[in-house]
Amino acid sequence: MDAQPKTLKLATPTEREIVITRDFDAPRDLVFECFTKPELLKRWLGVHNGWVLAVCEIDLRVGGAYRYLWRGPGKTEMGMGGKYLEIVRPERLVSTEKFDAAWYPGGAVGTLTLAERSGRTLATTSLLYESKEARDAVLKSPMDQGMEAGYAALDALLAALGSDAGGRKAG
Amino acid sequence: MQLQGYGTSDSARLDATFAALADPTRRAILARLASGEASVLELAEPFAMSQPAISKHLGVLERAGLVSRGRAAQRRPRKLEARPLAEASEWLEKYRRYWEGNFQGLDTLLRELQAKGKKRANPKR
Repeated sequence: MDAQPKTLKLATPTEREIVITRDFDAPRDLVFECFTKPELLKRWLGVHNGWVLAVCEIDLRVGGAYRYLWRGPGKTEMGMGGKYLEIVRPERLVSTEKFDAAWYPGGAVGTLTLAERSGRTLATTSLLYESKEARDAVLKSPMDQGMEAGYAALDALLAALGSDAGGRKAG
Repeated sequence: MQLQGYGTSDSARLDATFAALADPTRRAILARLASGEASVLELAEPFAMSQPAISKHLGVLERAGLVSRGRAAQRRPRKLEARPLAEASEWLEKYRRYWEGNFQGLDTLLRELQAKGKKRANPKR
C-alpha cells in the first residue's frame, strides 16, 4: 500500500515562514475534507500523546470562523482559532490562526495547498508569522511537552545526514 | 579558532544554522565531518566540485558555527561543531515529530475513508 515513502519536509524559506510538505496516498478532495470537516479533523489533528480535539467548529466560507480546543493530560487545555480568507476547493485554503494563550506576538496566516498527481496528494502548509521572533518562538515551542529532550535528536539528524551523504557518494 | 555563531543572538544563530542545513552539499560535508575531521581537499574529493566551491560551502558552515578549523599548519582540518546542530535539531525535530505524528494519523484516516469509498462504489452481491 505504501509503496512510496512519505517524507515530511520542514523548511524556513524566509525569516517569517515555516513550510511543511508531506504527501498522502489519497486524492486531494479527500485530503481537503480531512482538513475541513470537524468529524474528520478530530481524528488526526493534534490528537496524540493523550490529547483530544474536544471542540472543532468550522464555518467554511470566506470570512467564516473556525475554533479548535484540545484537552490534554491533567485537564490541560489549548485553544486556537481564526477566519477563512480564501477557499478554493479542493486545492487551496487560506486562514488566519491564533492560539488563545499565544506565546508569540501577533497571529499567523496559514496557507494549505493540495496538488494531486497520479492519485497522490502533496500537501504544502505555509505558516507566515508577523515577525521572525514569532516564527522562531513557534519552532521552539515544545508542543509535545512529554517528549524527552537531549541528544537523541542530534543522533537522528546525524543518521539522516549520513544517509544523505551516502546517496550522494553513490551517485 | 573563530566561532562567530556563538557571538550572535539565539534566533540569528538558529537562522544561520537552518540556512546552512538547507543545502545537500553542506549536509553531506557535515555528515563526512561527523566521522572525523578532514581537510578541504579531502572534503572536496567525493564531490564533482572545485575546491573553491567547497570552500564557499565551508564558509557558510563556519559562519553558522557548525564547522571550525583546526590548527595543523598545512592541512587546516575542518571539524564538526555539535552544539548549534544539537540546538537546531532539537527544535526542528520536535516540531517535525509533532507534525509527523499528526500526518500518520491522517494516513490511517485516509486509508479508512478510501476503503469505505471503494465498498460504496462496488458493493459485493
